[in-house]
Amino acid sequence: MRRRAIFGTSLAVVAAMGLSACGGGGDGGDGGSKTVRITLANHVWTDNIKKALPEFEKQTGLKAEITQLGEDQLSDQYNVKLNAGSSDIDVMMYRPLQEGRLFAKNKYLADLSEQVKANKDWDFGDFQSGPVEATTYEGKPVGVPIITEQEVLYYRKDLLAKAGLSAPPKTLDELKAAAAKIKASEPDVAGFVARTGKSPAVTQFSSFLYSFGGDFVDGSGKAAVNSDAAKQAYAFYGGLIKDSGPANVSTDMGWPEAMAIFTQGKAAFYTEANSLYKNATDPAKSKVSDNVGFAPFPAGPGGSKPYNIPSWALGVNSSSENTANAWKFIEWATGKAQTLAQQKSGVPGARTSVWADPEGTSTFPKDLVEAIAASTKDGVGHDRPLVVKVAESREIVGQPIVDAITGKDAAAAADTANAAFQKFLDDEAK
Amino acid sequence: MATITTPTTEAPRGAPAAPGTPGWLRWVDEHRKWLFAAPAMAFVAALLVFPLAWTGYLSLTDAEGSVRAESEFVGLRNYLDVLSDTERFWPAVGRTATFTVVALLFEVVLGMAIALLLWRPFKGQRWVRVAILMPLVATPVAVGMMWRLIFDPNIGMANQLLGWFGIGPQPWLAGQHSALPTTIFIDVWQWTPMVVLILLAGLTSLSEEPQEAARIDGASTWQRFRHVTLPLLMPTLTVAVLLRGIDALKTFDILYATKGRGGGSFHEVETLNVYAYGLSFDYNEYGVSSTVLILFFLIIIGAMWALTARRKEAQR
Repeated sequence: MRRRAIFGTSLAVVAAMGLSACGGGGDGGDGGSKTVRITLANHVWTDNIKKALPEFEKQTGLKAEITQLGEDQLSDQYNVKLNAGSSDIDVMMYRPLQEGRLFAKNKYLADLSEQVKANKDWDFGDFQSGPVEATTYEGKPVGVPIITEQEVLYYRKDLLAKAGLSAPPKTLDELKAAAAKIKASEPDVAGFVARTGKSPAVTQFSSFLYSFGGDFVDGSGKAAVNSDAAKQAYAFYGGLIKDSGPANVSTDMGWPEAMAIFTQGKAAFYTEANSLYKNATDPAKSKVSDNVGFAPFPAGPGGSKPYNIPSWALGVNSSSENTANAWKFIEWATGKAQTLAQQKSGVPGARTSVWADPEGTSTFPKDLVEAIAASTKDGVGHDRPLVVKVAESREIVGQPIVDAITGKDAAAAADTANAAFQKFLDDEAK
Repeated sequence: MATITTPTTEAPRGAPAAPGTPGWLRWVDEHRKWLFAAPAMAFVAALLVFPLAWTGYLSLTDAEGSVRAESEFVGLRNYLDVLSDTERFWPAVGRTATFTVVALLFEVVLGMAIALLLWRPFKGQRWVRVAILMPLVATPVAVGMMWRLIFDPNIGMANQLLGWFGIGPQPWLAGQHSALPTTIFIDVWQWTPMVVLILLAGLTSLSEEPQEAARIDGASTWQRFRHVTLPLLMPTLTVAVLLRGIDALKTFDILYATKGRGGGSFHEVETLNVYAYGLSFDYNEYGVSSTVLILFFLIIIGAMWALTARRKEAQR
């Protein structure tokens, strides 16, 4: 029996909301109002846009109301509000690779086909094709990419010099040797640190996987996390953390924890998204800001193949009653002037023209610009499995990472994960 | 023996309706008690019965992705799937039970000991009471985050402290096997004061006479506690166990704040609550999530029933 569920929300959602003590904002429902309600994630991009808001308000006569949340809370908020068909979000910042497919499939994201064509000066054709592809669903643009990311190698210049190394490692083997050498000579410092949490680690592990010549699925869409390349990549990533990582390493680290170890001066090498570089070079946040260097992702047997992805985009809530004004905000926030300003303050954007403009890269550390250039040339357009239920798939393909870190057999874990991942893909294809 | 019969005529409630009042007014008058209770009953229905019924309905469907999307009625399939899931569901049941029983045991024993210490007046008692109640007033999420910092294996205070005594660093929350005991410790730290509070209230309301009589009879301190204080305190103790037990069963915030989604990379602290939350918010599987919540609801009802049954037995 097929039934259409028309009621708002379930106890599952209500109970979980109560448990997590999330509070909702006031509901207005004033259609087509002068106030644009914008939900954004905690990010440097958001900090910058908040500072520039008076300019937008002056230009348009509109009022921008910002709600700012951490990544997880943002996701939960969308799950509850969009599920209930709430109209009190107009503009939403979302992760195209994480939630894009699910949101588009559920029709939470408004079709922006007309809007992106309307203004020639805004120029949709200026956006890099990879990011645009990730924000397109069934041929229709449903979002505008605002932040791009590539994985690069962060390293400590002083520790390298002390260890007698003149240049950062160019290959993964060199990285392994250098990390081991530094850990052996500096008792309090780890040779290498990276994310270790089952799910958070997947995105950063992906560059290792590609550089060993593997991917999450093969050319025919079958699970491929137990290929020889994948098994080697799991063993390498996990082994590097187990052997050269911090003492008592936990298997729960996301980027804030891993970055903290690096910026506290407790690690020599760290692979992470370039968009987070300010955390390492800002003296207010980092004890080692003067000594941080950047290098392209080291090459494995398959070459240097870091991911090159759009990490965040702006979309319009399809239940919003204020879509015209919502688009006005997106148009302003993703215009050439704002993108340039964002990029100058350290947020890598998705506009070709800004990357071509010397001013667009003028404030980045020189070695980081070079690393980014190398990554965009050979980068892979995804950093996690391209599926609807991304969170579930990440837990499956991430299991061998934590198994390898804790010293279990990575190859056996990869075989188990592959069987589970294939079942997951079959279920999703139904 | 003569039987005394009392008149069973209904006592008049308020003034009888005067002759000539319209029929509807008379009806209102007769059903007054229901009419006054109706708003409250509607409120309860809306806030309790409807969500519960809706969850029950969802648990019989394959709703996923969005609760507004089309879903199919699948009967008891979700229940069969969940009940035969030995990878996530049953371990979560086990962890929920372990967490509740162990935390409760420590909290009651410690709580009783502290309450007995605070029972008799001593100098500075007021300050000690305030200090003991401190953890109780903190938000569990903040408590979780605070302990997460203290227990950080590399830069946390706990390991530094151990270092001063020459003990090697422990993995605490980071360890696959030490995570659950560590979260139990945090729960005990936060909630023992509540047990102390309840038991202290019970102790101070106890009559002095049985104690005195026992003392005159030459009973030792332990004997007085075992045979006088404890039996008299039983009703209060049951209340404490009941309240704290239900609370411990549905602990979520401390676990989520310390280990995050899925209860850690190996689901080390994934209890039923954390599991249901993950099913809803990470996997968007509303049907299965509702099934887990309904089963969890039944478990709580069952535990409550068992506890109250024991309470009645103890009072008999």
